[in-house]
Amino acid sequence: MAAISLKNVVKRYGIGPKANQVIHGVNAEIGDGEFIVIVGPSGCGKSTLLRMVAGLEEVSGGEISIGGRVVNDVEPSERDIAMVFQNYALYPHMSVFDNMAYGLKIAKVPVADIKTRVDKAAKILELGALLQRKPRELSGGQRQRVAMGRAIVRQPQVFLFDEPLSNLDAKLRGQTRLEIRKLHAELGVTSLFVTHDQVEAMTLAQRMIVMNAGHMEQIGTPEEVYARPATTFVASFIGSPPMNLLTGRAQGTRFAFGGADLPLPAAAPRDGELILGVRPEHLGHASVAHDGGWPLTIEMVEMLGAERLVHGRIADHGFTLRIDGTLVPPAPGSTLHLKPSADHLHWFDAATGKRVVA
Amino acid sequence: MVERRSTLGILAHAVMILGVLIVAFPLYIAFIASTHTSQAILQVPMPMSPGGHFWENYLAALNGHGGGAGSNAPVARMMWVSLVTALVITFGKIAISLLSAFALVYFRFPLRGLVFWAIFVTLMLPVEVRISPTYKVVSDLGMLNTYAGLTVPLIASATATFLFRQFFLTVPDELVEAARIDGAGPMRFFKDILLPLSKTSIAALFVIQFIYGWNQYLWPLIATTGEQMYPVVVGIRMMIAGGDSGNEWNIVMATAILAMLPPAIVVILMQRWFVKGLVDTEK
Repeated sequence: MAAISLKNVVKRYGIGPKANQVIHGVNAEIGDGEFIVIVGPSGCGKSTLLRMVAGLEEVSGGEISIGGRVVNDVEPSERDIAMVFQNYALYPHMSVFDNMAYGLKIAKVPVADIKTRVDKAAKILELGALLQRKPRELSGGQRQRVAMGRAIVRQPQVFLFDEPLSNLDAKLRGQTRLEIRKLHAELGVTSLFVTHDQVEAMTLAQRMIVMNAGHMEQIGTPEEVYARPATTFVASFIGSPPMNLLTGRAQGTRFAFGGADLPLPAAAPRDGELILGVRPEHLGHASVAHDGGWPLTIEMVEMLGAERLVHGRIADHGFTLRIDGTLVPPAPGSTLHLKPSADHLHWFDAATGKRVVA
Repeated sequence: MVERRSTLGILAHAVMILGVLIVAFPLYIAFIASTHTSQAILQVPMPMSPGGHFWENYLAALNGHGGGAGSNAPVARMMWVSLVTALVITFGKIAISLLSAFALVYFRFPLRGLVFWAIFVTLMLPVEVRISPTYKVVSDLGMLNTYAGLTVPLIASATATFLFRQFFLTVPDELVEAARIDGAGPMRFFKDILLPLSKTSIAALFVIQFIYGWNQYLWPLIATTGEQMYPVVVGIRMMIAGGDSGNEWNIVMATAILAMLPPAIVVILMQRWFVKGLVDTEK
């Protein structure tokens, strides 16, 4: 059916030496029926990449194929895709029904067919009672559903979502997230979903693409991306609070950084300049000194409900620890002794930021 | 503003009533004059209440039986010429401006910037400035004393093009993109989406341009030579003979009232659209 393949995709604005390159050779193979989330900070090129797949931006280099067909020069309407825009882009003067039916009307689908398809989509999205309304008479959540309905009635090979939830309030966003997942399970259409929100990315994705400054940093399941970040960027972007990253020098089972000399539970993958990463929740702690412990001077404790975030310093370097909310919080100014475990230490090359595998 | 004190209310009303009187009094005089015989108007003081010759005077004006010293052309014909001229100018202006603004905003073609500025610069050149060359062109094309001669030189409109361009720029890009994904070509997008969205701007322009077309005086004055093709605004002037000749002021006033009616009707009818357009912004 419709797998998507990106081969060395490049986007440049302008021509010649002054050209501004915003996407630097993205490669990805997306399977049929997969739900892929593209996540990254603003300006990383994720929306541009999606718009290139949609055909709204020209491809400056490389190849995009949908369902085995190279679509670099194919009009958006011929690509068999449907897109949901961030601000929904509903036609303001048309009723909900006409908004959903417009594409089908242009494609000269018989009127009776249009009606069945729109009614079916309206039923899935619970829009049945609103079909005669104009977009301005709808709430934000309803508009969002109409935008999805417009995508569904086209029965496309690929759904493209460009931050469709960012205009909704937090509660509705969580609810709509679930609905999108249900919808995907029901329709099984290959989907590309762009967001800057890592929670959306983690919860929706079957696999996710993490982008930074026009480069694809990593592609993998949310579990993989979280457990084995490929670069320091991914390590600090995914996870809240982000992974603690300490730049220093490894020598066997010792790690020297900023005047401190920390013991390691196992030898580093290699000696020399490395970045050591450890997630705030992956550390044991004790209030008394012990062998192999890292001393953390507490500065501040934040209560989040189920858990507490303990902010402190190791050798003048900021460090965050996540502890159970039911424990008695350590007092600011005191020292905690952290107990790292070998399984949860991440090593990155100090120069390139890439993961170093043992 | 929010204060509701009776003295302020009275003052505000007094000012407004004064304003209305200043605007309405000449109209009232014209109407009164159109209902008397020409002798009655010339008496001092002039009568201030309607006379009994309403139908007589208006029929005389419409059919051209004035019998005064100036032109006696039938006003009905002039009204028709004015109406056709004003409508052709209005629709022509709206159609051409819509299309050129559409081209300027949505198409990337060479020298687009230059074209836009060229159109913009013509804002500084009203008909009056280029009237001699325009006359030469129209007369060489044999368009004097024709509807084409009366309307074509007035149709191009930088103002309307500019107005539509500004409106199109506020239409979100996503709408264009959604239409592209839905498979709508440029003209389809123009017809199905841009045109309905521009409804209120079109209504506003219709009012402005209709009045503009109806009130044209200088151009029709030189582009027409026969009574057959006089618009009513020119016709009124032709009815008034110079010097001490005996003008039929009652007929002239009736014609003036008749000439005022169509623009007034357009404003009154389209005002609803205006307000509707302002209340529900569809964007």
